[in-house]
Amino acid sequence: MEIALSILVGIVVTCGAYLMLSGNMVRFLFGLALLSNAANLVIFAAGRLTYGAPPLIAPGEAGPLETVANALPQALILTAIVIGFGLLAFTLVLVHRANRSLGTVEGDAMRLAEPDEGAR
Amino acid sequence: MSALSSAVGPGSLVLRYLPAALSALVAAGFATLVPTIADYNVMRVSWPWIPGLGVELSFLIDGLSLTFALLITGIGAIVFAYSASYFKGHPKLVRLLVLLVLFEISMLGLVLADNLILMFVFWELTTITSFLLVGFDHEQESARNKALQALLVTGAGGLALLAGILLLGIVGGTYEASTLPLVADTIKEHSLYLPILTLFLLGAFTKSAQFPFHFWLPNAMAAPTPVSAYLHSATMVKAGVYLLARMTPTLGGTEPWLWSLTIVGGVTAVIGSIWALRQTDLKLALAHTTVMALGTITMFLGGAAPIALTAAATFLVVHAFYKAALFLTVGMLDKKAGSREIDALGGLALPMWRTWIIASLAALSMAGFPPFLGFVGKELKYEGALAVASEPLLVVTFAVLANAMMVAIAAAVAIKPFYGRRRSLAEQPADPPFAMWIGPAFLAIGGLIFGLAPDLVGSALINPTATVMSGDLVAKQFKLWHGVNVPLMLSILTFIIGIVLYFNLARIRAALTRLDQRGIWTAEHGYDRALTGLKAIATGQTRVIQPGRLTHYLFWTTATLAALLWSALIAGGFAVLPQAGRMPTLIEWTMLALAGFGAIATAATTSSLLAILALGLLGGTVAAIFVLYGAIDVAMTQLLVETLFVVIVAVALLKLPRLAPTTGARIRWRHLGLAGALGTGTTLTLFAVLSVDLDRRVSDFFEVTSVPEAFGRNIVNVILVDFRALDTLGEIAVVVIAALGVLALLRSRMLTAAEDRR
Repeated sequence: MEIALSILVGIVVTCGAYLMLSGNMVRFLFGLALLSNAANLVIFAAGRLTYGAPPLIAPGEAGPLETVANALPQALILTAIVIGFGLLAFTLVLVHRANRSLGTVEGDAMRLAEPDEGAR
Repeated sequence: MSALSSAVGPGSLVLRYLPAALSALVAAGFATLVPTIADYNVMRVSWPWIPGLGVELSFLIDGLSLTFALLITGIGAIVFAYSASYFKGHPKLVRLLVLLVLFEISMLGLVLADNLILMFVFWELTTITSFLLVGFDHEQESARNKALQALLVTGAGGLALLAGILLLGIVGGTYEASTLPLVADTIKEHSLYLPILTLFLLGAFTKSAQFPFHFWLPNAMAAPTPVSAYLHSATMVKAGVYLLARMTPTLGGTEPWLWSLTIVGGVTAVIGSIWALRQTDLKLALAHTTVMALGTITMFLGGAAPIALTAAATFLVVHAFYKAALFLTVGMLDKKAGSREIDALGGLALPMWRTWIIASLAALSMAGFPPFLGFVGKELKYEGALAVASEPLLVVTFAVLANAMMVAIAAAVAIKPFYGRRRSLAEQPADPPFAMWIGPAFLAIGGLIFGLAPDLVGSALINPTATVMSGDLVAKQFKLWHGVNVPLMLSILTFIIGIVLYFNLARIRAALTRLDQRGIWTAEHGYDRALTGLKAIATGQTRVIQPGRLTHYLFWTTATLAALLWSALIAGGFAVLPQAGRMPTLIEWTMLALAGFGAIATAATTSSLLAILALGLLGGTVAAIFVLYGAIDVAMTQLLVETLFVVIVAVALLKLPRLAPTTGARIRWRHLGLAGALGTGTTLTLFAVLSVDLDRRVSDFFEVTSVPEAFGRNIVNVILVDFRALDTLGEIAVVVIAALGVLALLRSRMLTAAEDRR
């Protein structure tokens, strides 16, 4: 499963990066969403996979009785998901705002900060 | 109230003369140390600063540093008082005085520091403060350019010096200038000696305006005259000379040292005095003679003989006295007669009689007439030149030529403006106020007194200084009259050449002007070329790296990331495939396939709606994978967030344009190739991670402590709200800030209204 998951991560990263490169801000947003997912999967896989054993402790016990899934990466991913959501929502509104203000979602057409100086 | 503010407020009498008073006080303090130093004692204090790097806050007072400290504070007091009067009522007077004091402190630190790293810190401080002082009239573009030139040339030299100091510290094992001479032999035989010497010389030559870096000094005359008098006669430009003097016992005496100092110093001296003859602006003429003086001192530091070092030390003092006085005199002429141009002034001896006397006394010392200190210095120079180890004839020729031209310049400064027909740009030329003439008068008369009794300054300061430089005890008797000997003959020769030059000054100047106009290549052209080239490179580089196209930036950022990933993989040797682990079941295969399909579909479709659906599919299957492998909380969060995101994007997309492919097929293939490289790299990196054993120490800690210490049975939750609670708080803050940002962007009414009008 680890190997298959690693390959899936590669595919998701490829698609995400491809979308981000396109210059269209909406596609960029989708690419960012893909990359967020891929990053979470990387952390998950790197913490090793344990099938069907959530990191819970039975009542009355001081610790898990058998091997349970690695809790640390899960905690990291939880944080990452929430932060990623905040990032995506903010980016989405930025794209929306840019479209309203500049009338385009093409990154190359947004030249407010670095205007095309003709000679270039 | 107003009386109080005029007494102590900015520009008030007390405040204006405060720096001068303080400086004089410090100078007096240093003067009390003279008897100790005259007995060849050395004082050193030190505190640890960065012990791990061998950097100490250590200060050293010996003949060399005390001589400099006295010049810096003494002439500083004179210049500060002069400036306070010169700039009376000037809106930037306070700024000027603050900068001058900062500069004085930096300069003092430079000469007193024993630790070379500490000295370097002060060295750079003088560069920065002098940049601000040269560019004092920053409203003028030329002043800014010249300040920048001084900064670039001396700053580049400073970098070289730092490298030299570090190398010297490695080779010598210490950064203390006072202990380095003990290991001088080791250093001189080390293979790094030549690089060290080159770097030190670069630092010293740029700072002290030696050929071919001499051009910045006359240009730095953009500074106000009192500043020039201080920086470019007595102090900053002498920092390079000071460095050479300080390093003489450590690095000096070798063949490369002798030849580079002698030749560079000699060439600088002659070039400086030739171009001084060309100037019609008195201040510029003096600036060029400063170049000459620095060259002469450098040349004599190159001569290993103690008498040559004595000559260098003497000339250092002589020069500071007459040059500061003359600079300040030119300032008085400028202020009270309205011009610094030699042809615009004449016959001012009567209305400006104090100025005239000061100029005459200082000029006589500069020309080296007896019984002035300048004469003692010049005789010593000739004596030293004859004793120079490498090439006495060469040094004597340089010295005589340079001195003869100095005689001509001194005559031009002290005779032309004061005799002949009355010429002045001011209505009623008159002597300046007391605060302006007393200092220069003090210096000029000092030149006479010390000339009559040279042993006063000689045995008190010069001998200890020369002792520091040579390493052996120097106890020369200083006398005004040595009898008829070779130096005296050379002096007479010098006067004859100088007087001939003076009477042909107009002709020489015309010839030099013609030569100048023909555009002979100078080092300054090289500087201009280098600067233009640098700007061209920067422009070209910006055009390539920063063309203003977002896709370009994204491409190169991604490419850099991919390159980093792959270089790590290649450097690490590709990991073998990790152990297969558990074979996925049918459900898992389905989930993996759906996730992959979702990702590819998101990338491939041109329909926004399909893209959102595919994104949702990926999110959902990833959540399923989380569930299968025991990450229930994660899966729940993932599902919630994915759902929310899909909904929000779907709503927002109603207002966004359609997803038409805008780039050509070739570019898209290139993007795919790069993205594929990144994706493959990620997979291979993950393989590498999975093929090593997992370090579970942190996870084990949480599993063991979750119940006993945090009283929670869901380990993930315990980590989030207990062990890493601050982290979670920060996370909440990030989400809140993002939400606030969203709100601000959506609800900025003013912006929206403006756009609607457009």
